[in-house]
Amino acid sequence: MRILLVEDDSTVRAFVLKGLREAGHVVDEADNGKDGLFLAVSENYDVVILDRMLPGGIDGLRILETLRGQKNATPVLLLSALADVDERVAGLKAGGDDYMTKPFAFSELLARVEALGRRGRPESAPQTRLTVGDLEMDLLSRTVKRGNEKIDLQPREFRLLEFLIRHAGQVVTRTMLLERVWDYHFDPQTNVIDVHVSRLRQKVDKPFATPLIHTIRNAGYILRAD
Amino acid sequence: MKIWRGIRRLGKRLRWPIRSAGLNFALAYGLVFIISAGVFLSFIWWNTTGQLDRQVEAAVQVDAHDLAQRWVHGGPAALALAIQDRLDQNVEDDELYLLVGPDGRKYAGNLPGWPVVITQMDEFYELAIRRDGFRTQAKMHAYPLSEGFRLIVGRDVRGRQVVRHVLTDTLIWAWVMVSLLAAGGTLAIRRIFRQVVHSIARTTSAVAQGDLSRRIPLTGNETDLVAQTVNTMLERINRLMDGVRQVSNAIAHDLRTPIARARARLEDASLTSTSEEELRAAIDRAVLDLDRVTSIFEALLRIAQLEAGARRAAFTVLDMKPLLEGLTELYEASMEEAGLKLDLKVGQLAPVNGDPHLLQQAVANLLDNAIKFAPINTAITLSAATQNDKVSITVADQGPGMDEQDMARASERFFRAEAARNTPGAGLGLSLVQAVVHLHGGTMELANGHPGLRVTLLLPVIQKKGTLPA
Repeated sequence: MRILLVEDDSTVRAFVLKGLREAGHVVDEADNGKDGLFLAVSENYDVVILDRMLPGGIDGLRILETLRGQKNATPVLLLSALADVDERVAGLKAGGDDYMTKPFAFSELLARVEALGRRGRPESAPQTRLTVGDLEMDLLSRTVKRGNEKIDLQPREFRLLEFLIRHAGQVVTRTMLLERVWDYHFDPQTNVIDVHVSRLRQKVDKPFATPLIHTIRNAGYILRAD
Repeated sequence: MKIWRGIRRLGKRLRWPIRSAGLNFALAYGLVFIISAGVFLSFIWWNTTGQLDRQVEAAVQVDAHDLAQRWVHGGPAALALAIQDRLDQNVEDDELYLLVGPDGRKYAGNLPGWPVVITQMDEFYELAIRRDGFRTQAKMHAYPLSEGFRLIVGRDVRGRQVVRHVLTDTLIWAWVMVSLLAAGGTLAIRRIFRQVVHSIARTTSAVAQGDLSRRIPLTGNETDLVAQTVNTMLERINRLMDGVRQVSNAIAHDLRTPIARARARLEDASLTSTSEEELRAAIDRAVLDLDRVTSIFEALLRIAQLEAGARRAAFTVLDMKPLLEGLTELYEASMEEAGLKLDLKVGQLAPVNGDPHLLQQAVANLLDNAIKFAPINTAITLSAATQNDKVSITVADQGPGMDEQDMARASERFFRAEAARNTPGAGLGLSLVQAVVHLHGGTMELANGHPGLRVTLLLPVIQKKGTLPA
């Protein structure tokens, strides 16, 4: 993916840049709002990562508003040291697609950036059937099959699996699952998400020879058929 | 015009010298009092003396009319007789008459001669006359009769003059007294004003000096309105200051600990690690420590923000039932995993006004706590009901519970009961719950469930009818 990173803190920028490049992405960088805005409007990116507070008079929200004002729908991930829920809402209202507060784990950032990049690619037709390896999900009849065997899932488990399949091959973090599958925006002190994933595994992986859902240490989960 | 403009210019140059609001207020009060007393007393004077004058004039005119009748019926002789008659009967000796013929000769009456000043026949004259050897004041009217005769009817008004003097003196003295009283009142008002302002100023300046415990004494008058507002404000400032103090103490201790731990780990790893693996493990642990610092920071900031009471933007009419059902669904699995059973007991609930995300977090914190402390193979109950005008949400576990002293301190930031020292957590969970509940105008109550802890959140129900969500 082509990614633009606009971040003024050189340590954070270097750290994110290195990580994204190691993950195989092409990354342009800007350390102030002016350059960031110039790159964002003149080049074509799959994802833009924007720090909210930027030197040079143009902050992240201004860049975002300008982009959206020009009908540019490039997915934007906002980075901010402002953890306030209202700030988050303001960021999303201005047209941001995701919001992360500093400090963050790089794995979380990578997972979210890759999720956004995929979302940016338009689907040719609305899908009614999702498949990964021998796992099949029918979105209309709401049934799941692996090979020839039908798997019975609770509604919430179905949505969890659907999210994993839609992001197959990508790491999804616990926070992403909590936000996207449950629509909760807080940090549970207990391992609620792990338990739900492990129950899903019981049904989707346990009876079969090869597991599909893998745990990525210090990051989250990935669904892939390899 | 020129003079007036000059005065105006002078007025502009000479600014009103008194700045004290109390003194100005008092002066205005005194001035208004004195002027109105003056106007009032002048009116009394003018009305009373006027009334006396009018009485005399009316009597003279009636008398003259009477005598004119006599003249018509009996001529000079009858009129002279009538005049003599009246003079004889006049005990008070205040009536004055004079009848003169065309030649100027006096026919009857008690006036020595026609006064020179009386030339008109249609108005009253008031003049000094000599009578029986002493001077006196008289009010007289001349009337023309037929055949060149002329008549003067009058009254000695010396008595009226005396009354007028007495009245004038009395009223002037009354005015002086009223003015003195007004001046006294002015001083009294100024004093009261100063006292009121002083009592507020004393307290606020003491507060400004740093003594936040001072409050303005309530006196029962209108200034209590200000005093009460200021007191409430001070109360709030005090609470916020306490919060800040608590937080800075907490930061000094509870944030330093994980930072120190991370630092020690990193330093130790840098000095003594022999393999890359060992180094990596130390770094990973240090990152976890730092993540903990971040999460404590976030929780602290959120609590501070909630306590500031500024976060009501996301408030909406909310049915707590689906919210609790959703949380139950989320937590049920992990509870089962921990060997616990989560019972949800919830009926129809009245709507509350609230921020769903914050309330979710509050209840989730309580459930997290319950999981931490409940012994295996017990049940955790999440129940909710509408009681009067409150929605109560209770999380009850069968864990060790808390003793009374700990309960009282449970919502303090970073407070951890002795029994909880060895469980993970920073002691911010209940503080956050309390802050959320307070923001919603509700209360948090802790009680002993024998066994276990019962935490109840009481949220006020929306009072208006017809706002029930569909």
